[in-house]
Order: sequence, then structure tokens, then C-alpha cells
Amino acid sequence: MSVPIIRTRQLCREYLVGAQTVKALIDFSVDIQHGEFVAIVGPSGSGKSTCMHLLGCLDTPSAGEYHLDGQNISRLDADALAGIRRRKIGFVFQSFNLLGGANAIANVELPLVYGGVSRAQRLEQARAALDSVGLADRGHHLPAQLSGGQMQRVAIARAIVNRPALVLADEPTGALDTQTGQEIMALLESLNRCGMTVVVITHEAEIAAFAQRVLYFRDGRLIEDRSTSGVNAVTPTTLPKIGEAHHEAQ
Amino acid sequence: MKLSDSLLSAVSSLRANKLRTALTTLGIIIGVSAVIAMVGVGKGAQLRIEETIQGLGENVLFVRNGTSVAGGVRGGANSKISLTEADAAAIIAGAPSILIAAPTLRATGQIIFGNTNWFSTIYGVGDTYLQARDWQIENGRTFSTNEERSSTKVVIVGQTIIDQLFFGQDPVGETIRIDRIPFRVVGTIRAKGESSWGRDHDDVVFVPLSAARSRLDVGKRYRGNLVRDITLKARSADLLETAEQEVTDLLRERHRIRPGAPDDFYVRNVAQYLEARAKSERTMSLLLAAVAGISLLVGGIGIMNIMLVSVTERTREVGLRMAVGARRIDILVQFVTEAMAVSLIGGAIGVALGLGGLLTAARFGDWPVVISPFSAVIAMGFAALIGVFFGYYPAHKASRLDPIVALRRE
Ligand SMILES: Nc1ncnc2c1ncn2[C@@H]1O[C@H](COP(=O)(O)OP(=O)(O)OP(=O)(O)O)[C@@H](O)[C@H]1O
Ligand SMILES: [Mg+2]
Repeated sequence: MSVPIIRTRQLCREYLVGAQTVKALIDFSVDIQHGEFVAIVGPSGSGKSTCMHLLGCLDTPSAGEYHLDGQNISRLDADALAGIRRRKIGFVFQSFNLLGGANAIANVELPLVYGGVSRAQRLEQARAALDSVGLADRGHHLPAQLSGGQMQRVAIARAIVNRPALVLADEPTGALDTQTGQEIMALLESLNRCGMTVVVITHEAEIAAFAQRVLYFRDGRLIEDRSTSGVNAVTPTTLPKIGEAHHEAQ
Repeated sequence: MKLSDSLLSAVSSLRANKLRTALTTLGIIIGVSAVIAMVGVGKGAQLRIEETIQGLGENVLFVRNGTSVAGGVRGGANSKISLTEADAAAIIAGAPSILIAAPTLRATGQIIFGNTNWFSTIYGVGDTYLQARDWQIENGRTFSTNEERSSTKVVIVGQTIIDQLFFGQDPVGETIRIDRIPFRVVGTIRAKGESSWGRDHDDVVFVPLSAARSRLDVGKRYRGNLVRDITLKARSADLLETAEQEVTDLLRERHRIRPGAPDDFYVRNVAQYLEARAKSERTMSLLLAAVAGISLLVGGIGIMNIMLVSVTERTREVGLRMAVGARRIDILVQFVTEAMAVSLIGGAIGVALGLGGLLTAARFGDWPVVISPFSAVIAMGFAALIGVFFGYYPAHKASRLDPIVALRRE
């Protein structure tokens, strides 16, 4: 087996609220291989978003290890994490998070701007990304001139414009009607078929049904790891050690 | 992120808030235009002094007929004529700080050469007058002692006369008519040029004092050896005040003015008068500097304030930018660029307003101004600096945001 894109071991995230520590994520260990389509489900407050922030290098764990594509990122500083996000990860949010003053192309270009890509190249890549989400003709529309589904498509185009290895989506269908949500999921599915690893957080069973593998969370813990090919163990004992991961990488 | 991209993004975000941007720039606009005005007025005042002193000659004092009162001259010019050529001689003899005392007659009149004529100012003077006023001979020669003594009809002309009557040709040896009397041109005067506020120093002709007295109409007004004024040159700038005192004492005695009675003449120390004027212009400059300083400070704080608001409003945007890979420095540069753009816009408008004001003052006012492109560059640089200085803190704050917290913000 090749190096997993995501490998976590006993990953923990605690928040200090006043004198109280909230354990948002407890001993999370998982291997996700390149090209998988994974759904994370669980009740509200179960730690799904916390988990995604860690996987997306937006946050650093309180304890445990996280290797992204073979690279240990648990102890990197903010700017190094920014570089990894730019190169390897695309985000899709429930609330789209488009810049209201910028048109679709400018929104999609944004990750490339920070990558120092030339203007012409940026435009070309942004157009291609918009085309791949079916919005080739909406490049000059402002977010306010687009429907919710279209905005989410623009956001997905932004997430994939850098051709990242990993796309993380936190309730991407949460603000959309069922029909549009299904379309968005179909789009993510097609991206996955093109080789991207996709991790989607959701509440809904129909949405999770798009994934080949579903991780169930409760109270900050991964309680079940079910794939179309069967149920995986959720305890780290059966998973390879991190050291072995390095060995595999060679 | 490239600088050009930062600039574009700054401009687009400023355009999204046009009114707010405009209001924010107000302080900078006022400050920068005050800087421009300050430099223009200050330099103008300085230039005016230098030019005037150059036009008058160094260390020059004038003694005029009439009575000086505070704030001006009473009784009209020459209402009572008492100064004489003998007074001038006595000043040379009795006032040790005086180098030259040149008695002068002055008139205006028509000068004719061939069939052209020109209205100019005619001075009846001796060679010492030319020395006192730092007039240099350009072509030909000055008056000889003999010509000065015997009312010879010779004349020395200024550059404007050469231009107007001789069309630039050398006039030495030609004959011109003053009050219909023919005078032979023996010399020309080196041009002093036009002053910055439009006074032509070179529109003059000089004839010997004795000739003016006996041949020209002006002689009828100054009978005997009365003169219009006496031009004095002190031995040095430090001696100007002493000279003024010596001359006043000496003339009061000669004119037998009783103690307590007013002088029947007045001594005008132009350099001192100009200094006083320059002082008031410097005060004006200082006032403008204060306005500039305060406005720029207030403008800078305004920018900081608006940038803090902007950072708060755009927290989610910052979070998103960080999520897609912006480093802290990218965010910092973005907001500093924005602050700098605001203050540069203000600076540009301020420069335009300041220069416009100066041009208006130069055109319609009696206010001497100097328009220097350098001051515009300096003012713009200053505006940019203010943008960076006051924009830094808000930008730093934005760049330190935690992306998760920022993205969560509603
Ligand atoms: N910044 C924070 N400070 C303190 N506690 C936090 C913070 N962020 C999350 N938590 C806590 O961590 C726990 C997990 O939160 P998280 O947002 O991961 O849940 P979630 O599964 O995404 O829920 P939802 O489905 O409602 O989005 C919650 O109890 C939450 O209160
Ligand atoms: Mg959540």
C-alpha cells in the first residue's frame, strides 16, 4: 500500500474554556488512502468540524500526530501550515465563504494569487476550474448574482483550482435544498473519480451514502469506521505505527 | 502575493466603500495641502526678500521728504520738501557708518527714440547712486565727474529701454529725447530682471542729477538744491540701525527741529521692513505647519480607526484567505497596502488642492509663492509613510488572527 494521504495517531484537541477543558476530539486515529471518498457523520458537537480543522491544517492538535501525505505536520508553524493548505488542500464550507466584492473568476483565483502564479496562468486555471463545475459562463458574475448551488460550485472550483490532493468539505450541502445538495455531492463524487481524496462532513444519511467510507463520531471519539467493503477497526492497535508509516514512505 | 495584486485588491476594497474612503482621506488631504501651501508661502517669502534686496542693493537706506507716522507716511509724498544735496554731503561727512549718500531726483516721462516712444522712470543721480544700488554698467561707461558737475545731457539706460526703443541693438552713442530734450546714451545697465511678483527693475534711465535739475521738468519742483530723496548705503548690514540713528540725529540738527517736534523727513530701512514682513510670513508658515501636523496626525488616526473597523468587518475574509493559503505576511501587506492607498489618494488630492491654492494666490493675490515639485514629492512620501505607520497595527492584528476563529465569525 502506498503512503496514506491522511494518517493520524491519538490525535487530540482540547479547548480551554475558563477553568474547564473541553475535549473536542479524543484519540483520533485513522488512515485514509489517496483517492478515497470519506464521509464524517455524527451529532452536533461530536467533534466533526474540530477534526476537519486539524485534517485541513487550520488548527494544530493538543496531542497526537498527524501525517499528511507522509509529512509530519503536527508541529509546524502558521506560515508553513499556510503553505501546505495552499498546495495540498481545498476547502468547501457550508456558508460558501466567497468574497462578495469579487466575481466568480476572482474568487476562484484566490489560492493561485497566494501561490504567486502569473495573471494569465491564473485566469486560465480559474476558467478551467469553473468549467469543470459547469459554470464556464458565469465567470464575471458576483456571488450576489448567483444561486446558492452556483455559489457552492464556485467555492468548489476555488477548492480544486490548485489541483489539491485533498478536498475537505464541512457540511457543503447544509445551506442548500435536497435537490441541489444531491447535485453538489454528485460533483464532489466526480472529482473523487478524477483521483482527488474527498472528505465530507454531514448530518444526513443520503449525503453520507455518496461516500465509500463513513466515519461515525460521538462525543469527540471515532466510534465506527464503515466502508462499502466492510467495517474497519477503530482502535489504533490494529493500525500500523507512525514509524512504520515512514518505512512505507520509502 | 505580489505587490501589484495587493494594490489591486486594496483599490477594489476601497472602491467598495467609496464614501468611507473619502471621509477617511479628509485629514490627509488637509494636512498635505497645508504642507504644500506652507512650503510655497515660506519659499515665496524668502525669494521675495532676496529679490527685493537684490533689486535695491545691499545695505541700502532711503531718506525721504515728509513725516513718518506709525504704520505709514503722512501728508502724501513730498508734501514738504526739505532734503538737499548739502544734506547728503553732510551725511557723508558726519555719519561714520554711511558709505554712500546719493541725492536723487526722480520723475516719470516719455522717452523718445526715432519714432518709437516708451514711458519710463527717470532718475537724476550721480555715479555714487549706481554704486549704492549695485547697478553695474554693461556697455559704455558711467557719468564722468565733469558731466555730473556741468549738467551734460548724457544718459545711461536700462535693459527694458534697450528692448523697447532699440529692439535689442546697442544704444551707446545714440540720442534719445527725454521731455523733448536730446540726451546722448553713454552707457547701459546690466539687467536685474523682473521680480517674481512682476516688478520690472530694468525699466529705468539715469541722467546726471545736475542735468535733471536744469534740463528736465522735474527740476521745477525741486528748486535750489532740494532733492526728492537721498539713497544711503551703510558700511555693513550690522550698521543699518546705527546708520539710521546717525542720519536721523544729523538731519534733525541740520533742519533745526526742536526736541519733541516730528521729523520733516523719514528714514526707510527696507531690509528691516522686509525682515519684519518675512517674520509675519514665517509665522504664517508656522501656523500652516501646525495645521499640517495636526491634520496629518488626525488623518493618520482616522486611517487607523477605519482600518480597525475594516479588519473587524472582514474577519471572515481574512479567515478565508488564510484557509486558501495566505501567509501572515500576505495579510499584513494587504492591509498596509490598503491603508497606504487611502493616504496616497488623500495625498494626491491634497497636493492638487495645495498647488491649486498656491497658483490662485500667485495669480490673484499679492502673496509671493514658489511652486516646487519637490514639495509635492515630499508630501506624497509623507502621506505614504503615514499610511504605513498607522495602517501597521490594524494589519498586524489581522495577520495574527486564528483562521478558525476568523472563519467562524459571523
Ligand atoms: N473554539 C472553541 N472553544 C471552545 N470549545 C469549542 C471550540 N470549538 C469547538 N468547541 C467545542 O468542541 C466540541 C466539538 O465542536 P465541533 O464544532 O467540532 O462540533 P461539530 O461536530 O462540528 O458540530 P456541528 O455538527 O454542530 O457543526 C463542541 O462541544 C464545541 O463546543
Ligand atoms: Mg461543525
